[in-house]
Amino acid sequence: MSQFLTDVQQYAFLQHAVLTGILASVACGIIGTYVVVRRISYIADGIAHCVLGGMGAALYLQKVYHWNEVVPIHGAVVSALIAAVIIGLVSLWARQREDTVISALWAVGMAVGIVFISRTPGYNEDLMGYLFGNILMVSSNDLWMLVGLDAIIVAMGLLFYNQFLAVCFDDEFARLRGLPVEVFYLLLLCLTALTVVVLATVVGIVMVIAMLTLPVAIAGQFSKTLWGMMAVSTLLCALFTTSGLVISYAPDYPAGATTIILAGAAYLGATTLKWALGRGKG
Amino acid sequence: MNPMNAPAILMKDISFSYDGDPVLEDVNLSIPHGDFVSMVGPNGGGKTTLLKLMLGLLRPSRGEVRMFGGPPEAARPRVGYMPQYTQLDPQFPATVMDVALMGRLGHGKPFGRYSRQDREIVARALDQVGLCDVFRKPFSSISGGQRQRLFIARALACEPDLLLLDEPTANLDVVMGGDLYELLRTLNETLTVVTVSHDIGFVSTVVKSVVCVKRRVFMHPTSEITGEMINALYGSPVRMVRHNGEEGCTCHSF
Repeated sequence: MSQFLTDVQQYAFLQHAVLTGILASVACGIIGTYVVVRRISYIADGIAHCVLGGMGAALYLQKVYHWNEVVPIHGAVVSALIAAVIIGLVSLWARQREDTVISALWAVGMAVGIVFISRTPGYNEDLMGYLFGNILMVSSNDLWMLVGLDAIIVAMGLLFYNQFLAVCFDDEFARLRGLPVEVFYLLLLCLTALTVVVLATVVGIVMVIAMLTLPVAIAGQFSKTLWGMMAVSTLLCALFTTSGLVISYAPDYPAGATTIILAGAAYLGATTLKWALGRGKG
Repeated sequence: MNPMNAPAILMKDISFSYDGDPVLEDVNLSIPHGDFVSMVGPNGGGKTTLLKLMLGLLRPSRGEVRMFGGPPEAARPRVGYMPQYTQLDPQFPATVMDVALMGRLGHGKPFGRYSRQDREIVARALDQVGLCDVFRKPFSSISGGQRQRLFIARALACEPDLLLLDEPTANLDVVMGGDLYELLRTLNETLTVVTVSHDIGFVSTVVKSVVCVKRRVFMHPTSEITGEMINALYGSPVRMVRHNGEEGCTCHSF
């Protein structure tokens, strides 16, 4: 703990790591809340995994055809948005096929990624980083990307709070009130896709899924309103990532994994507490 | 504005099927302004489908729906709809006020906060259904009956000319159900009311017309409803409605 405190004043990588955790928490708290209340966390998972295909393709183009302006994040963003739109359209107009389509995109996306990786010369640390991430290796470019993502999400969240609330709660009624439900649903999926991609390149897929769902799941047990749930999950998320960094630093544990275990333990604790309180009331 | 004399709801030669077997066939229905209609019929008889056709949520396979003289989509702003709430997530993080305010969507600007006027209209609607004391409470904490009344308040908050209520008395006990129909009777002084009901017991006291729905559709003034008709509709003897003793009307085609 004390070592962390002295080092964080010295080393830029540690400051970046702390900042990353806090910036990511804003995006995760807001989008995670929508993902959980609309019950689409498996869509977020599907998008996250099929993104590997886009990253692999971009890396291949970059290394083999020397398209130097193409970097993996470009491929990731494009493939995530395509996946979000496909899944969104399917779930809007053929609801019963939704899970099949998600599984198909998930598997095919990853397979395409693997094929491109095998055809790309050299060791592809970017893709490994995408799967597992490393919050201790965040560049200042990444930080600016996070700031941009947060700005978009907060702006959308403020502008369309009531509309998103209505669409998530009762889309049929929202449609009858003249809301373009499809547009809002696709917008929500695209924001989710952007969040997943940007955060996955920074902290890794597994951590994104944990950060999108675990803090929200805890907040959901104690929140009366949607914005309350967003605020509490953002705070919890920031708390988990920061304390994950602090705890993992001295013994040199992997920071992401430590954070996830912390969040998981807190979720278990909160659920147990809630259950015990509920029993106490009889 | 369409001619004032166009009926609130007009269905001409409607047939509808989801996949294969028709749910509704040769439906002709005209509901005038100011009517209070209860749609009765067995489960799967097509009552909710009929409501969804009126709202334009479903398209008929054949025939035409006209609402206030126009297409159903164009009439949506004038219609307050209460769905069967069973499909909604009871744990959703929203307050009673948040839910009722959804009735104000589509009235003001397409983004941003609700106006003070919106909040006043919603407060009035909550007051009408007796929920003004609990408007700050979470949706997850109120009872089934309160939830039912909340959805009616949300429909009222649309400031509709026509209320479409899908099973408004489900989850209500007899006293509350009676209160609800009393409220609807008051509302009916200024607007048209169409309810779907399993509970034939409530039907005849305040309702002006009854629509029997079982693939085909027949409309009767309440005074003509007889025990034989109800039995024919449900296929077995059911709890009786107030019997007004007029014999003239029949539902043989069931």
